[in-house]
Amino acid sequence: MSAIDLAASVRRGEVTATDALATALRAIDARNDELNVFLHVDRDGAEARARAVDDAVASGRDPGPLAGVPVALKDNLCTRGVPTTASSRILEGWRPPYTATVVERLVAAGAVPVGKTNLDEFAMGSSTETSAFGPTRNPLDPERVPGGSSGGSAAAVAAGMAPLALGSDTGGSIRQPAALCGIVGVKPTYGLVSRYGLIAFASSLDQIGPFATSVADAALCLEVIAGHDPRDTTSLPEPAPALVDHLDDGVAGRRVGLVSELVEGADADVVAQVERAAAALEAAGAQVVRLSIPELRLGLSAYYLIAPAEASSNLARYDGVRYGRRVAADELGAMNEATRTLGFGDEVKRRIMLGTYALSAGYYDAYYGQALKVRTRMIEAFRRAYEQVDVLLGATAPSVAFRFGEKTANPLAMYLSDVFTIPTNLAGEAAVSVPFGTGEAGLPIGVQLLGPGRSEARLLAAARVLEVAS
Amino acid sequence: MSRLSRDEVAHVAHLARLRLSDEELTTFTEQLGQVLEHAADLQSLDLTGVPPTAHPFELRNVVRPDVVGESLDPAEVLDAAPDAEDGRFAVPRILGEDL
Repeated sequence: MSAIDLAASVRRGEVTATDALATALRAIDARNDELNVFLHVDRDGAEARARAVDDAVASGRDPGPLAGVPVALKDNLCTRGVPTTASSRILEGWRPPYTATVVERLVAAGAVPVGKTNLDEFAMGSSTETSAFGPTRNPLDPERVPGGSSGGSAAAVAAGMAPLALGSDTGGSIRQPAALCGIVGVKPTYGLVSRYGLIAFASSLDQIGPFATSVADAALCLEVIAGHDPRDTTSLPEPAPALVDHLDDGVAGRRVGLVSELVEGADADVVAQVERAAAALEAAGAQVVRLSIPELRLGLSAYYLIAPAEASSNLARYDGVRYGRRVAADELGAMNEATRTLGFGDEVKRRIMLGTYALSAGYYDAYYGQALKVRTRMIEAFRRAYEQVDVLLGATAPSVAFRFGEKTANPLAMYLSDVFTIPTNLAGEAAVSVPFGTGEAGLPIGVQLLGPGRSEARLLAAARVLEVAS
Repeated sequence: MSRLSRDEVAHVAHLARLRLSDEELTTFTEQLGQVLEHAADLQSLDLTGVPPTAHPFELRNVVRPDVVGESLDPAEVLDAAPDAEDGRFAVPRILGEDL
C-alpha cells in the first residue's frame, strides 16, 4: 500500500498503525538477514509510536498526513537514545543525545520510524560496500549492489520493509540507489530541508531527501520534512512548498532539455530509456530540445576535491574524546591517532587524506581553489541552460545495479557512478530520479530530472508524467 | 607518472592523525595519485578572474535574540562520551605536561 493510502486508512480508522507496523516488521524479519538493510530495528520505540497514533485516532485527534506510516532512516540521522553509527566503527555503540529535525517532523506528522538503515561509511561510497557492517544487497538481485551511499534506505523501500525512507545526497547518494533499486528518490534544493542532526560529510553539498515507491509519496514526505529550521542556519527562510497539490500539473508547454553530457558514457540500455523518457514527455505536451553543457564534464573532478576537503574538516571531530569509541593509549595524541586509525575504514581514510592534501599549503590554489572556481562555472552554466529550458533530462546512473566487488579495487571507477548526479549538488539545485523501464537482466533504470533551486513542484510533476508513461 | 609521492601521503596521513602500514602507504599512494591525475583536467583550465564558490548561497550571519533556550542534557552528553570525570570529558595525559 502506498504511504498516502495507508495514512488515509489510518486516519479513517480502517487500519491501525500497530497493524501497519506489524506488516513492516514481518517484511523486515523475512529478509533482513539476507539483505542487511537495517543496522538497528527500534521495535519498542516504533510500537510505542504506533500506539500513540492509534490512541490519537481513537480519541478523535488527527495524527497527521503520515499517520501510521512506517519509515526507515539512514543511519547518519541522529535519533535520541537510539544507536546511530553512520556505518562506522568509530561511532559503534553511540546513542545520540538529540534527534534530527527531519525525524522530529516525520513523527509530528504521525509517521513511525522503524529503524536505522545501512550506508557507505559516513555516506562515502556508491554501493554500500564501504559500510563497516557489511554491504546491503539489492532486493531485486541479491548478487548486486543497491547503490549508495543510501543503499539501505533504498533497499528498505524496494523490499517493502517501509513505504518511505530518508536518505542523504551529497553527490548522488539518494538518486543513484533509487535508480538501482527501481524507486523514486529526490535530492531537494540545498537548504530546503534542515540538516540539523545529519552527521556531516560535506556540509555545502549534503541534503536530506525521501525515497518512495511513487512520486506522490515522495512529494508528501518532502512536504513534511521541508521548511525553515532555526537550528540549521543554512536552511532556507521560507516554509515548505506545496508539492502534492501540483503533482498533476503535467508538462504541457514545458521546455525540456536532453543534456548530452548527462548520458555520455552511459550503457546503451540506459541511453535508450532516457530517449524513451524524452519521447514520453514530448507526447505529454513538452517541447524537448537537445543541449550540451560542457561544464558538467568538470563536475566529477571538482567534486572529488571539494567533498573530501570538507570531509577532512568535518571528520576531524572523531578524535575519541566526546563520542563514539576510543582506542586507549597513554597519551592524548597517540589516543587520537589510534582511535582514528582503527575507527575509520579505507574509503574514509582515502577521502580524509585527499581532502587534507587538497587543502594543504602549496596545493590549496591548484586543487581546492581551482575546484571552487569550477563550481562557479557550473552554477553559471546551469543558469544559462535554465534561460532556455524549464527542466533538464538525463540518466541518473551510467548502468543498472552492478555486482559486488566490481568497482571496489578502483576508487575512480566507483566515483564515476556519480558522474551524472554530482553537478546538481555542486550547484545546490534540485533533482529527482524516477524509475523508467528496465535494462540488462531486467533490472530497473532511473532517469533524472533536474531543475533550478526551488523547482521541486515542477520536477515532481514531470516525474509523475514519466511514472504514468513507464 | 604519479602526482603524489609516498612521503607526501605519509605526511598527509600524519596531518590527518592516521597511521598507515607500509602496505597501506603503497596502495593509498597509487589510488590517490589516480584521483589527482583525473583532477588534472581542472588545472589546465584558465579560470583567471572567476570568483570561487564555497557555498551554493551567499551566506549571511544569522542572529537570534540572546535568550536561554532548550539545550542538550549535560549528563546525557557525557554519558555518551568514552570517558568523563566531574562533569567534563576526560582524556589521557597530554604529552610534555608535568603530572
